[in-house]
Amino acid sequence: MNFMDIKQITPDQVVFFQFHFITLNLTILFTWAVMAVLVIGSWLITRQLSTDRQISAWQNILEMLVTGIQDQISEISQQKAARYMPFIGTLFIFIAFCNLLTVVPGYESPTASLSTTAALAICVFISVPLFGIAQKGLGNYLKQYIQPTVFMLPFNIMGELSRTLALAVRLFGNIMSGSKIVAILLAIIPFVFPVILQLLGLLTGMIQAYIFAVLAMVYIASATQVQDQTEDRKKDNTRSSSNNQ
Amino acid sequence: MSSISFIGMASVITAGITIAVGAIGPAIGEGRAVASALSAIAQQPDEKNTITRTLFVGLAMIESTAIYCFVVSMILLFANPFWDYVISAAN
Repeated sequence: MNFMDIKQITPDQVVFFQFHFITLNLTILFTWAVMAVLVIGSWLITRQLSTDRQISAWQNILEMLVTGIQDQISEISQQKAARYMPFIGTLFIFIAFCNLLTVVPGYESPTASLSTTAALAICVFISVPLFGIAQKGLGNYLKQYIQPTVFMLPFNIMGELSRTLALAVRLFGNIMSGSKIVAILLAIIPFVFPVILQLLGLLTGMIQAYIFAVLAMVYIASATQVQDQTEDRKKDNTRSSSNNQ
Repeated sequence: MSSISFIGMASVITAGITIAVGAIGPAIGEGRAVASALSAIAQQPDEKNTITRTLFVGLAMIESTAIYCFVVSMILLFANPFWDYVISAAN
């Protein structure tokens, strides 16, 4: 099995297995591994759920995780969590597991590759208009691009694109820098110090997973919410003007 | 000076300057953000959860500028396209 050396900054560059035109690099391999762990793990846990007073430790952990994500979503979006739970929860749990599994020797986090993070960011980029249109219809969604004036149209579109880029590069840069700094330190002070930075990398990984999910939620919430408030204001205005008459 | 040594020198110096300058701004910004968040928590401990969440999101936004600089300097040091081109041309 090949490992990453210090000159390779993403696990994309490490070829694990090659057969004619099929190339399997470490990113794809470990993405599949994380997906398998998540799917099989949640299948095993949810196979025997109980509503007794005594529940298994695994079910307890899963319930804590799910209710925690639900609370956060409903707190940020001020809407019902059930609608966004599958998407945001999957993003959080996938990224968190990708980053936490770095404690396993030989594992390289798939989020240290720009292709994974770009794929996740593009999912957010596509889901924002989907949720927005589902919530308020196509016309009302498109209207928010010309919200203050028509002249803001190019800036709104640029903002949409640049925040997608920022989402991808932020996650990639943080995780890549964590593993790279450990690799550089192993060459300089190979004793206890890299372990401490590895711990810091675990913390950063969790925070980045949280931030990715929160930012995705904030973007979706802003696409589904803004129009409601302006509509409320319009309603208030018409009500007050009708009162005046 | 040969083009190989010139590209190597320019890459190393630029990488150092990039990360040095790119660390100053976010460091000041994050310091100010944390300081005001701490004083906000001290004044209103009840709002701790909201303040902490907003602080983390804001810190990530600020930090991303430093991360961009870091990514550029990493590319210059480890995956430099100009260096690779010169080396392949020399061979």
